[in-house]
Amino acid sequence: MATVQNLEIRDSAARAAQAAEELQDVQGDRMVLNMGPSHPATHGVLRIVLELDGEIITKADPDVGYLHRGDEKIAENMTYTQFIPYTDRLDYLAPLANNVAYALAVEKLLGIEKDLPPRCQYIRVMCAELARISAHLLGLGAFAMDLGAVTVFLLTFTEREKIYNLAESVCGARFTTSYTRIGGLMRDIPPTWLDQCRKFCDEFIPALNEVEVLLTRNRIWVDRVRGLAVISKSDAIDYGLSGPNLRGSGVEWDLRKKQPYLCYQDLDFDVPVGAVGDCYDRYLVRMEEMRQSVHILRQCIEKIPGGAENKAKEPVNVSDGKVVLPPKQKVLTKMEELIHQFMLVTEGVNCPPGEVYFGHENPKGELGFYIYSKGGGTPYRMKIRAPSFVNLSIVPKIFPGCLISDTVAILGSLDFVMGECDR
Amino acid sequence: MVFRRGLFSRMVTALEQAKKIKVRFGDLVSEPAEFRGEVTLKVADPEKIVEVCRYTKSDLDFNYLVDISSVDNYGDDPRWTVVYHLRGLMHGCELRLQTDVSEEKSELPSVISVWNTANWHEREIYDMMGIRFRGHPDLRRILMWEGYPYFPLRKDFPLAGKPSELPGVAFTKPAPLEGGPFVTVAGGGDATNREPRVRNPEE
Repeated sequence: MATVQNLEIRDSAARAAQAAEELQDVQGDRMVLNMGPSHPATHGVLRIVLELDGEIITKADPDVGYLHRGDEKIAENMTYTQFIPYTDRLDYLAPLANNVAYALAVEKLLGIEKDLPPRCQYIRVMCAELARISAHLLGLGAFAMDLGAVTVFLLTFTEREKIYNLAESVCGARFTTSYTRIGGLMRDIPPTWLDQCRKFCDEFIPALNEVEVLLTRNRIWVDRVRGLAVISKSDAIDYGLSGPNLRGSGVEWDLRKKQPYLCYQDLDFDVPVGAVGDCYDRYLVRMEEMRQSVHILRQCIEKIPGGAENKAKEPVNVSDGKVVLPPKQKVLTKMEELIHQFMLVTEGVNCPPGEVYFGHENPKGELGFYIYSKGGGTPYRMKIRAPSFVNLSIVPKIFPGCLISDTVAILGSLDFVMGECDR
Repeated sequence: MVFRRGLFSRMVTALEQAKKIKVRFGDLVSEPAEFRGEVTLKVADPEKIVEVCRYTKSDLDFNYLVDISSVDNYGDDPRWTVVYHLRGLMHGCELRLQTDVSEEKSELPSVISVWNTANWHEREIYDMMGIRFRGHPDLRRILMWEGYPYFPLRKDFPLAGKPSELPGVAFTKPAPLEGGPFVTVAGGGDATNREPRVRNPEE
């Protein structure tokens, strides 16, 4: 309700202050609304305390930690290899990418990341890209469903199911993969796997086109997300955003390009960046990243050393017996392998003292492991730099001024996962 | 962005940048140490960390704070090490700054004025280790709940947890790993001395 009042104060600053005070009277008290931790749009257990002025948010305070399991504490109490299954449960939408990130961090500490056999590197890249597609599909499906487009959710989940099938045939588990080992992989890919991947790529692009037709130029969708929660370039950098959220704001930073690891420098792909930094840009960046991932997958299928059946017996593990478990037949017949097996299982990979940080371009952003080693089989301290945790820290900055109904759109576009945020 | 795909237009190495910091601050920072291609600088006085950080951001373009972590050197003095991981998105260099904080003090200035992303990282360190950041606008617990009495990432906090007023949340029964027969300890000597043995966390 608008009221007109004549104020008799000369000083303009004091006048503005008084006007604001009067205005607050008209509006009444702010209302505090609790959102979460069990709310379908918070994608897990995020709680946000919203302060509302009518329908407009004036303050937002995210409350994280409901899924805190103390992963960093656990890591200090077990060997490097034993921690691999825990990485599945960080970003549980892309466990394969987490496995790769963690293995690469420990290998950097060991100084063997350059010795990884090329076949292993290609398989790891394929795993990471499949995980990226899978995570983006879920993020996109949930984002669209929260805004009412349920069909998209069904389409993306059909495709995700195929990626789970691929994960199952490569490592036996659909969800908790634990596929990598320090210095290699759990096992080589099955002979039919590359064909399955090729089939997936062929089927996936039409499905993605269908999603694109449903959303990209859809009037309702565009009206809901365009111009919403704009994150400027400088804010994105200042708040340490990473992954599609950083690139959506127009910062061209992709660790696969800027600090190439594995065999990414042999592969051709583009890094999409947004122009404005709103929710629509973040959506577009994710769509294009999935297409680029398929492009990478196709190149890997063609270029992988050893091919599908690996008749040339290309290794997938480094040859160092003190890092990778020896084959079981040799353990049962040879003394040295038996000793290696025993030492590796009981006290783990013997890492040198020192500290390393390795950042991996995960679907959600930069998943980093900072390992502080004092030597031996366990880390003295392991800090996990979780992209979702850092990405969520911008919420108090971008929420004020938005409507309540926009919260689900903004949260969907930030695409976080609480397992990783809370660790 | 001025650089070509995947390559930076002007290559500056992290070591050169670290040397510039050394020249600027003299004895305050240590000689740059390199391990696995990463450069680490130690800042002698934690009170000066904001000054060093502001210089690296404004003069050396380290505009991106990747992470802040903390290490508990239990039994050593000073007990805490706070680790800042910096990156310059324009030149692509990475640099690690470390500073030691004594247990009596357990406090150092906040770097929020330099990078806003430090906000949640510093809250997490306060929550997990109990190191306070002076000048932080909102130093509350972030992962544990408000009112939780311990700092769980400290080395003297057992893996099994300690009793609190919410026993169902922070459970008190021993975890399967604690004191098991094959628990290895970081830095536990050479291969002959590192045979698996029972570890008592109370020691």
